[in-house]
Amino acid sequence: MIEFKPQSNRGIILESLGLSLKRLNPVYLAKNPVMFVVFIGGSLTTLILIRDYFSSSLSQEPLWFTGSIAFWLWFTVLFSNAAEAIAEGKGKAHAFSLKALAQTTIARRVHDNGEEEFVPAIQLRRDDKIKILATEFIPADGEIIEGIASIDESAITGESAPVIRESESDMSSVIAGTRVLSNSLLIRITSNPGESFLDQMIHLVLAAKRQKTPNEIALQIFLIGLTLIFLIVCSTLIPFALYAKSNISLTIIVSLLVCLIPTTIGGLVSAIGISGIERALRKNILAMSGKAVETAGDIDVLLLDKTGTITLGNRMPVELIPGENVDVKDLAKALQLSSYADHTPEGRSILEFVVKKYGNFITEREIEKLTFIPFSAETRMSGCDIEGYSIRKGASSAIQKFAERKGLFIPPECTQIAEQIGRKGGTPLAVADSTRVLGIVYLKDIVKPGIRDRFQRLKAMGVHTIMITGDNFFTAQTIAEEAGVDTFLAEATPEHKLDRIRQEQAKGFLVAMTGDGTNDAPALAQADLGIAMASGTPAAKEAANMVDLDSNPTKILEIIEIGKQLLMTRGCLTTFSIASDVAKYFAIIPALFILSIPELDALNIMGLGSPYSAVLSAVIFNALIIVALIPLALKGVKYRPMGAKNLLARSLLIYGVGGILVPFGGIKIIDTILVYIGLV
Amino acid sequence: MDINGWLQICLLFTLLLALTKPLGLYLYKVYETPQSFKILTSFEKRLFKLLSIEGEGQDWKSYASSLILFNILGIMVLFLIQTNQELLPLNPQNLAAVPWDLALNTAVSFVTHTNWQAYSGETSLSQFTQMVGLTWQNFCAAGTGLAVFLALARGFSHQSLTIIQRGTLGNFWVDLIKSILYVLLPLSVIFSLFLVSQGVIQNFSPTLTFTTLEGTQQSLAMGPVASQEAIKLLGTNGGGFFNANSAHPFENPTPLSNFFQMLALVLIPAALTYTYGKMTNDTKQGWSLLAAMVAMALMGAAFIYYYESQPNPLLNHLSVLQEGGNLEGKETRFGIAGSSLFANLATDTSGGSSNAMYDSFTPLGGMILLINMLLGEVVFGGVGVGLFGMLMFVVLSIFIAGLMVGRIPEYLGKKIEGKEVRFAVLYIALYPFLILLGTAWSVLAPFGLSSLQNPGAHGLSEILYAYTSAAQNNGSAFAGLNANTLWYNLTLALVMFLGRFGSIFLGLAIAGTMVNKKIVQASAGTFPSHGILFVCLLIGIILIVSALTYFPVLMLGPFTEHLYSMQGKMS
Repeated sequence: MIEFKPQSNRGIILESLGLSLKRLNPVYLAKNPVMFVVFIGGSLTTLILIRDYFSSSLSQEPLWFTGSIAFWLWFTVLFSNAAEAIAEGKGKAHAFSLKALAQTTIARRVHDNGEEEFVPAIQLRRDDKIKILATEFIPADGEIIEGIASIDESAITGESAPVIRESESDMSSVIAGTRVLSNSLLIRITSNPGESFLDQMIHLVLAAKRQKTPNEIALQIFLIGLTLIFLIVCSTLIPFALYAKSNISLTIIVSLLVCLIPTTIGGLVSAIGISGIERALRKNILAMSGKAVETAGDIDVLLLDKTGTITLGNRMPVELIPGENVDVKDLAKALQLSSYADHTPEGRSILEFVVKKYGNFITEREIEKLTFIPFSAETRMSGCDIEGYSIRKGASSAIQKFAERKGLFIPPECTQIAEQIGRKGGTPLAVADSTRVLGIVYLKDIVKPGIRDRFQRLKAMGVHTIMITGDNFFTAQTIAEEAGVDTFLAEATPEHKLDRIRQEQAKGFLVAMTGDGTNDAPALAQADLGIAMASGTPAAKEAANMVDLDSNPTKILEIIEIGKQLLMTRGCLTTFSIASDVAKYFAIIPALFILSIPELDALNIMGLGSPYSAVLSAVIFNALIIVALIPLALKGVKYRPMGAKNLLARSLLIYGVGGILVPFGGIKIIDTILVYIGLV
Repeated sequence: MDINGWLQICLLFTLLLALTKPLGLYLYKVYETPQSFKILTSFEKRLFKLLSIEGEGQDWKSYASSLILFNILGIMVLFLIQTNQELLPLNPQNLAAVPWDLALNTAVSFVTHTNWQAYSGETSLSQFTQMVGLTWQNFCAAGTGLAVFLALARGFSHQSLTIIQRGTLGNFWVDLIKSILYVLLPLSVIFSLFLVSQGVIQNFSPTLTFTTLEGTQQSLAMGPVASQEAIKLLGTNGGGFFNANSAHPFENPTPLSNFFQMLALVLIPAALTYTYGKMTNDTKQGWSLLAAMVAMALMGAAFIYYYESQPNPLLNHLSVLQEGGNLEGKETRFGIAGSSLFANLATDTSGGSSNAMYDSFTPLGGMILLINMLLGEVVFGGVGVGLFGMLMFVVLSIFIAGLMVGRIPEYLGKKIEGKEVRFAVLYIALYPFLILLGTAWSVLAPFGLSSLQNPGAHGLSEILYAYTSAAQNNGSAFAGLNANTLWYNLTLALVMFLGRFGSIFLGLAIAGTMVNKKIVQASAGTFPSHGILFVCLLIGIILIVSALTYFPVLMLGPFTEHLYSMQGKMS
């Protein structure tokens, strides 16, 4: 087995510093116009520094000042590059660790004539067939065409319990990087290496190859617009200063420009986008595009299957109701006998329930004599025969027929109770033996623990949940109420799902759905956000725009949060960026005109030490704030499920009002330090 | 400051709020429900037939080109009238033809709704030029403003029914004609009658010459003043018959006429917010925008009233009684409050009229006038175009707010994407480009500086004021600057033209991309574009964007002048 050690945080940071330097070239930076302007500013001040060094008669500012400004402008660009590189490094580390497993594997390719040959996994192509034996890794995404096996997906999902994958079922797909534990499989490859989900994902975290998402493009345009405005403001300041008989240097104008343009968000926007994908990856979600992650934040309606998502997947007994003159213990014993060899989930859960609640009634001797009658669709009953004596349990109508055939008395209250349970959404199973009808077992769908909370959170986020189930109306209603979903769709077929999605979309809602079966594929494709389970069929995964490696349908909650966080982080840092300009004006404008209009020192409300320290402090603050906000860009602004108004009021308070106040403090502190160390 | 002054301010806004809904509803019926005036329908049909207007919906490009074509024609006609006025009738003073650069400036000025007056009305324009040329354009410019607002509002609120049938923004010609016939004309008739009742003159007589009590000869210019005055205010045009504008007793004789002139300035812009609410099927949208406007207008009025009530520190060493405040350049019949509020509203709206000398305001009072315009003429703003500009800020506010609540931003259910952001940002950037570049060039070049009568900080304010007023199509002047030179006539004309039609083009482009968007339902996670928080956000964005753009130049101009005057010096 190949052990892959994920890179340590320090390793990532070291590597990204190297990358930041390498990316300090104009061609790469031109993709980010805001930082490109800083790059030009850095180059300009460096040129001025060189000119002043060689002909000091031309210099307007002391060398140390121009030098410091140039130094900090370069660092501003460098910090922005580093933020991007760190986000990229984290994302890559995660994705590559998954991918490394697949690439070093040797695959056993099977030709149509049955010949086998060994090839490196990387050479596999779509529709190749490969054979995989126990303990081997699966080299590429594929679909099982022959065999059944238990597979260890822990490398991808982190879940230690092995899962069963089987051909011609909804559980027929396998993912590269997982390991077969038992049996052997024949697999048809569904993706060329380089097209698998993992490769898609790696592309999304690589800064150089990444496609910008629509919202990122819109934000970029907004930032370019602001940059343009500040370019006009700063360049026209030169004539205004000349008019005021004040000679201001290019170095200071460049400093002002860099401080005003939205470098905070401009420097972090790429890192925010990449780390959004990385956060999804960390939750074991593979997104097909960055857009899919953005869309997630916008979801209005969520369609969920009942079985396996909202309920535990099988019905559990909650009560035994004996018939008149029947001891509950007799009923319990009959149930225990009839369920002993019943391996269906219902059978297991009935046995467990009875033994736990009423104790063990049967002896070893009885077990030996037991003949188990399995459930069949025709009889809709199961049970056992023991020494010519029959016990049956099944749907109440089936037991009624059984009793009639045996000529037994059918107590009317049993029929009534069965009806009542049905109306409540439960499943009544009747139990009879050769002599009498014993009573009813009340089986119920059990809602997964904790699911109610999750739906409540979804509701708080403004997401409307719809439960899809094949059950009848009453059953569906009960579960819906218990789980706290908003609406349900009973007796639903896959076509109903598709129709419902279209209806909601026509109303103008964005719809998400989770699914795993091939018959879910059309609905997954129609939904604005289709999330396929990793355990699902290749068709489902192909139709979806996200794959959840953990196959946990309620993970939609995290997915929505990641999407919202991504947008919120952009919005909040943009607000901060704009708001922080106020303080920079108050630092730089009085410094600019200290000689010609000393009265303007009235604006120096921070009481900064000297004009040089004021300008330098603003530039240093502007650079350091990028570093300070890298962790926030990587982690994302915390999302709280509250109404949009409260959320906005909160964000405005923190990033808007905070954005105005923090720089005043920050610039003052830096200025104090500069003055203290005697630099200015 | 006194109780009377505050009462006047409060009364004006109360009356305005009371009139918003009825007039807004009337406007909505005029434009969006074709059958509401049965008597006029047949007349309208015949008129459209006569003009061969079929009235079919236009997409944004066709709407914009009709609009720009119509207005360029307007500039040409007005230019020709002025340069040939000596040949035309109704010229009792036998005034000569207007020089070409001044005529071009004036033509552009009136067509672009600016009404920047580099000329002096009574001494250079004939009654024919004033009545047929200028008054006609006052109606057309205001009508154009209403039309662009309607197109944008339809872009936000309508949606295409199918992919083939693209959404349209309405028909420019229909909107224009309806605006003039059903809105501007009737209101102007009523208002002119009121003005005449207050003593505003309306005649065709030549200039009268009187012998005053002192025995000197005095000329009194005469003309059809009331009719031009009404549309000057209702259409937020601002071009007065006389050079002294609303300070002239024949334009604005009484405190009562002054009060209603102020109301007339903001009446239609305010009513349109209600119309907008009706058009978007949610009157809260309109009320919220009005709330933002009223809040900013009140702030401005309070500041100006406060600063103008302060004595002028430069006069402190003289034994001048300054109890009333800074009365220099103000009419005593209006007082500080009536002048401050008028000035505030004339710069909030693109009215640009004046009943006092803005050049003589205190430095900070004058700065508020500048800021009112620099905000983008969105505090009421011009008829139609004010709300139009406000909606550009709404697009940007929603873009940022949408991100902050974790949703892809949407306004009225329509997604705001790259294209809309691009046009909105260009719209916002257009003004600093025109204003700052124009001012910067003028303070560098000798032909720019030679017009200045005041050097130093106040001179900078004067040039800045001229370009701001031109770019924002306001039309008011800080005076003190001789704007009738080749340089200013031509550059200001260019700035007026770009400020008007550049912004209209960008706004209509947004309307064009928005109208074809699918409407998405609002959910609990959507940030609503109404309510207190939204109003605060909108005001915040407008203030901070303008503040960041103009901070340096405002500090160097009015603020420095203020600091100097506090020390008792001029520069």
